[in-house]
Amino acid sequence: MEKTHTTQQATIPFWRDERVLRVLGQIIFLIAVIVFGYYIYNNMITALAKQGMTPSFAFLNQTAGFDIGERLIEYERADFNKRAVLVAVLNTVQVSIVGIILSTILGVFLGIARLSTNFLVAKLSSIYLEILRNIPLLVLLIFWYTGIFITLPRVKEAISLGTSIFISNRGMVIPWGIPTETWRAYLIVLGVGIVLSAIVNWQLNLVGKRTGRPPLVTLWTIITFLAVAIIGWIALPQSPLTLDLPTLQGLNFKGGYTFSPEYLALLSGLVIYTAAFVGEIVRAGILSVSKGQIEASRALGLNAFQTLRLIVFPQAMRVIVPPLTSQYLNLTKNSSLAVAIGYPDLFAIAGTMHNQTGRSVEVIALMMGIYLSTSLITSVFMNFYNKKIKLVER
Amino acid sequence: MSKKLFPIVALLMVLALVFGSLPVAAGNAAQEAGYGATLATVQERGYVICGGNASVPGFGFLDEAGDYQGFDIDFCKAVAAAVFGDAEAYEIRPLSSQERFSALQSGEIDVLIRNTTWTLTRDTEVGANFVHTTFYDGQGFIVRKADGINTLEDMDGGTVCVQTGTTTEANLADTFAARGISYEPVVYEDVETGWTTYEEGRCDSYTTDKSGLVARQTLLSVPEDHMILDETISKEPLGPVVRHGDDQWFDIVQWTVFATFFAEEHGITSENAADMMAATTNPREMSFFGAEGDLGVKLGLSNDWAYNIVSLVGNYAEIYNRNLGPDTATYIPRGLNSLYTDGGLLYAPPFR
Ligand SMILES: N[C@@H](CCC(=O)N[C@@H](CS)C(=O)NCC(=O)O)C(=O)O
Repeated sequence: MEKTHTTQQATIPFWRDERVLRVLGQIIFLIAVIVFGYYIYNNMITALAKQGMTPSFAFLNQTAGFDIGERLIEYERADFNKRAVLVAVLNTVQVSIVGIILSTILGVFLGIARLSTNFLVAKLSSIYLEILRNIPLLVLLIFWYTGIFITLPRVKEAISLGTSIFISNRGMVIPWGIPTETWRAYLIVLGVGIVLSAIVNWQLNLVGKRTGRPPLVTLWTIITFLAVAIIGWIALPQSPLTLDLPTLQGLNFKGGYTFSPEYLALLSGLVIYTAAFVGEIVRAGILSVSKGQIEASRALGLNAFQTLRLIVFPQAMRVIVPPLTSQYLNLTKNSSLAVAIGYPDLFAIAGTMHNQTGRSVEVIALMMGIYLSTSLITSVFMNFYNKKIKLVER
Repeated sequence: MSKKLFPIVALLMVLALVFGSLPVAAGNAAQEAGYGATLATVQERGYVICGGNASVPGFGFLDEAGDYQGFDIDFCKAVAAAVFGDAEAYEIRPLSSQERFSALQSGEIDVLIRNTTWTLTRDTEVGANFVHTTFYDGQGFIVRKADGINTLEDMDGGTVCVQTGTTTEANLADTFAARGISYEPVVYEDVETGWTTYEEGRCDSYTTDKSGLVARQTLLSVPEDHMILDETISKEPLGPVVRHGDDQWFDIVQWTVFATFFAEEHGITSENAADMMAATTNPREMSFFGAEGDLGVKLGLSNDWAYNIVSLVGNYAEIYNRNLGPDTATYIPRGLNSLYTDGGLLYAPPFR
């Protein structure tokens, strides 16, 4: 029996040998993909050459020549295009990170609310989720911007909250600190504060482990940090920040910090939209935890909040994190809709740059590369987190 | 390999072979626009496709009846008249500032006639060829009268709305930097959003070509509350644009423009064209009408091409007055856009 088997194997021609074919199939597929990719690339290059254009990124080292209204770093028209790209990337990253944090908070809240035993809370939350998930984001953003933020009072009639926060259709101006000479020294003080509170945290945890009665670890950690921060502030010869109060001068508010209506509309649009999806993911995650777990936890005397925090969430997280990652990626990519409402994100600036330089292919390639990298970085980070919370099987 | 996968792989192999062995065909015909290709395509199609504007009254605007009207639109009609002897053999593709050059490059349109400024970069790297300018313009600013802004310096610390995809955006930065005026730009992709926000007071001023300002002012809810500053900060020669690579088509569009200048200079109008053609003894006019020589044929058109332009669409003055004249809501004094004989810049080379 065994002998026949081997002879049979030996006589199988390679084109019918499954192992060979499997490898061969993949190789052929790979070749097909490469040839196709090359064809497309070559086609583009030839087409460009016919119009007398050769792809080049030299424009990045040329003067940008346009201004950008909102920026986190210094920038002016005489700077190079690469600087403008950096300004744009930072704007996109900033709105994405803030958006991700806020939509997570709102989403968790909504997800829990939808499962609430309180009829009104559950109903309101589910209405929110159903409506928001079914509105195209672009429509939402334009409505939010031209329908709400832009129809706020004009600068001269700005609404004032307290004495120095002003809201108008040019955004929200708030008092802001301007660093003084001691600011750098103060940053070091804050660094010391972080180290000290980390030590306190670590020591208290040890005490907790030893005695089985953890002291209020978080509270003491925070107190330590605040103490250092406050003492440092008072001890320095000059306070590290001076308060800059906004005042209406001429056409606009001067001083303070302005959140533009474009930024606020984009951020709030992204947050309320993405939170709806996060809410559903959180709900699904919570529902995936078996009822027995919750009953057992209540039977042990944990209250509702403790049950959620100690029993439900740790288990739900495993279900929540992967789809949540996609939502974070979506939010980042959706932020490119900023262009419709005048916020200078990466997509908007790339559009301007494309127009000023005439380098459409290069600008689009650059933009795709950047969006891809931010997405990959987010994914890597979330995968790392996912690994950490994964059920460790023994 | 499983049996199911085999057909897919086979298909891919075939595809790879087909694509791999193809001579690298550069996408569509448009990109190959060699000499004569555009005219052939247009004639075969039966109408000319112009990239136009849908939102600037007087230049390119969709009226209530759903028709495009305006100065730029009339030049599209003139091209149609030259090619087909039919001023209605055209189609307008409305394009935003940002979209227009991609539409031209990709061959979606045959000619771009949409308040587009002639610049060196556009003439080279963007792959566009500008024919003779049809409208000499410059960039200006519109402000609310109540704000007491009379010069650009008064705008210091203010906010300016501007549309992306324009020369306007960079001119603004250049001028304000050079004059040391601080400002905050708010840049929109969509022209309507930009004007809405200006009107709501998001910006102290909106900036674009003065022609665009005059045109859009008519659409504001209370036009009298706004005024256009005297200052002009740039040169904006606006005219039709074709793709690189097809000199014949370039010539056709270019000489269509010259034909309207020539007709005005010689007093030929849509009304008297037929009579003048029959009566004239002026050699230049005779070759213009095609009664003598074969100028039209040299362009690849019929010999009555110029007659068709004037009789069906009109001369430059007629086109101008119909859309921008004193009787229109979008009145703009002719200024530089007068014949050279009247102190303007319109000067057609000889029709010979
Ligand atoms: N002449 C300038 C600006 C032309 C331009 O696009 N103007 C705007 C301002 S009103 C416009 O026509 N927008 C209409 C649209 O995008 O639909 C250029 O060629 O860049």
